Amino acid sequence: MRVNEATAKVETAVRAALNNPPGDGTPIYLDYQATTPTDPRVIEAMLPHFNARFGNPHSRNHAYGWRAEDAVEAARAQVASLIKANPKEIIFTSGATESNNLAIKGVAHFYKDKKDHIVTCVTEHKCVLDACRHLEQEGFRVTYLPVRTDGLIDLEKLKESITDKTVLVSIMAVNNEIGVIQPVREIGRICRERGVFFHTDCAQAFGKIPLDVEDMNIDLVSISGHKIYGPMGIGALYVRRRPRVRLVPLFNGGGQERGMRSGTLPLPLCVGLGAASAIAEKEMGAETERLKGLRDRLYNRLKQRLSEIYLNGDLEHRIPGNLNISFAYVEGEGLMMGLKDLAVSSGSACTSASLEPSYVLRALGVEEELAHTSLRLGLGRFTTDAEVDYAADRIAAEVERLRIMSPLWEMAQEGIDIKSIKWAEH
Amino acid sequence: MAYSEKVIDHYENPRNVGAFDKNDASVGTGLVGAPACGDVMKLQIKVSPEGIIEDAKFKTFGCGSAIASSSLVTEWVKGKSLDEAFTLKNTQVAEHLSLPPVKIHCSVLAEDAIKAAINDYKAKRSKDREAAE
Ligand SMILES: Cc1ncc(COP(=O)(O)O)c(C=O)c1O
Repeated sequence: MRVNEATAKVETAVRAALNNPPGDGTPIYLDYQATTPTDPRVIEAMLPHFNARFGNPHSRNHAYGWRAEDAVEAARAQVASLIKANPKEIIFTSGATESNNLAIKGVAHFYKDKKDHIVTCVTEHKCVLDACRHLEQEGFRVTYLPVRTDGLIDLEKLKESITDKTVLVSIMAVNNEIGVIQPVREIGRICRERGVFFHTDCAQAFGKIPLDVEDMNIDLVSISGHKIYGPMGIGALYVRRRPRVRLVPLFNGGGQERGMRSGTLPLPLCVGLGAASAIAEKEMGAETERLKGLRDRLYNRLKQRLSEIYLNGDLEHRIPGNLNISFAYVEGEGLMMGLKDLAVSSGSACTSASLEPSYVLRALGVEEELAHTSLRLGLGRFTTDAEVDYAADRIAAEVERLRIMSPLWEMAQEGIDIKSIKWAEH
Repeated sequence: MAYSEKVIDHYENPRNVGAFDKNDASVGTGLVGAPACGDVMKLQIKVSPEGIIEDAKFKTFGCGSAIASSSLVTEWVKGKSLDEAFTLKNTQVAEHLSLPPVKIHCSVLAEDAIKAAINDYKAKRSKDREAAE
C-alpha cells in the first residue's frame, strides 16, 4: 500500500468510526506528538496474530509457540534495525513511560553501591522527571540541567555536571512540546569519554530522525509504539550488551526478556511495533521532506496573516512535524475553545488548578505572559495541504477576533508597555 | 473540558466588547488580573449624573470562562445604580454560567473588575469635587 492510499484509508476509517462524512465537524487532527493513528499497514500485519496465528511466544512445546516466537523475533529485528542495534539488545515494554522508568531506576539501583548521581534536564517528559524525583527520595542525587533559550542543553554544563559518582546521563533526543533535537551524538561522546551510561528518551525521535546507537554511543533508548503509527500499549528499551549495561528489573516474574522484563509478550502489539518501525525506516527520508513542506506552509501562512507570533524552540534543530507558537495577547486555552474544529494542544495548563504555564516553555525563558499564549501544532503522516491551509486560516481568524477582545493587545497598540503596569498577584 | 452552553454563548457572542475613554469624568475603569497568571480583565462603566450605570464595556485576556464572566457582568450592571452594582457577587456569576470549581477564579476576577471600576469612578468624582472647591 502506498502512503497516499494509506492516508485515504485512515481518513475513511476515522470518519466512518465517527460516523461523519468529510468536511462536516470532525476536528482536523493536529496533535501528532500526543499520539498517532495506527497505520493501516500496521493493523494488517497485526490482525492474524489475534486469532489465526495466535500463540504464547514463550511456549516451547508446540507450533503455536514457535510461530509466535518467530513473529516476535522478526519484530524485534525490525525495531533494532531502525537504531542499528542487535535484536538481542531490544526489550519489549508497555511503552516509553515504562522504558524510561526501567532504564533510570534499573541502572541506578544496579550500580547504587558504587555511584549515586544522575544527570538529566529540566525539559524532560514528566515520567523521566518523576522517576528521578523518586530516586532522590531514595537518596540518589540528581542534577537537572537547564536549557538555553533555543531549548537545547549546554554541553559545557553537561561536562561540568559529571562527577566520578555519576552513573547515568538521561537526556531526551526530541522534546514532546517543542520538537527540538538535542545534540545526541555529542552527549554520547562526552558520556563515553567519562565512563557514564547514556540513556535517551526517544519516544518522539524513534522513526523520525536517524539514530545509530554505535555511532552515537548510546547505551539505553526508550521507544514508544503509539507515537510512530504503531499500537498503544507497546514500547521497547534498547539495552547495550557491549560494554554491558545491567539493570534491576521493575517487577518480578518469569524472567522473560533476558530477565529484565517479566510477563508474556503481547504478540500482536510486538508485531505492530515491528511493522511500524519497518515502515518508518523505509519512509523516513520522504516523510521528513513532506512534513517540512507542510510545516513551512503552515508557519508561513500564519506569519503572513498575523503579527507578533513567536516560535518556541529552535527551528533548525527540530523535527519537522512540530510547531509551538505563542500568539501574543491571546490566551491559549481561550484560543483553543474557538478552534473546536482543530485538535491541537495548548501550552498553558489553565485547566489545572495551578494556572501554571508549561514548565518546558518556562525553562526556555519564555515569559509567563507569552507562555500562556502558546499552541502546539503537530503534523504527521496523514496531514494534508488542505488541512494545513484550513488550520492556518482558522487560527489566524480566531487570533484576530480574540485580539480585538484583549486588553493587552489594546495596550500594545497604544504603545503601553505591559511590563510597566503594576499587576496584582492572584 | 466541556463548557456550559451559557459560557459558549458569551464566548462566541460576547456582549459589550470595547472601550470608553478612560479620561472621561463619567467613566470608571477596572483593570484586574495579571498577564503572567493567564487572565486580565478590563471593565469600564459609564455613569449618569444620577449615579446610574448607563453603559458598560469589557476586554478580557483569558480562557472562555473568563471572557464569559466579564461579558455577563457588563450585561448585568447596565441600568443598575453604583450601590446595587457593588453588591454583585462572584457566586452569582459562577452559578449563572455553571462554572466548574477550577474556573471559579474567573468569576472572582469579574467581581473584582466591577468593584475596581466603581471605585475608580468614585475616586475620580471626589478628585473633581476637590478640584472644584
Ligand atoms: C518524550 C516522551 N517520553 C515519554 C512518553 C510516554 O510514552 P508512552 O505513552 O509510550 O508511555 C511520551 C509520550 O507522552 C513522550 O512524548
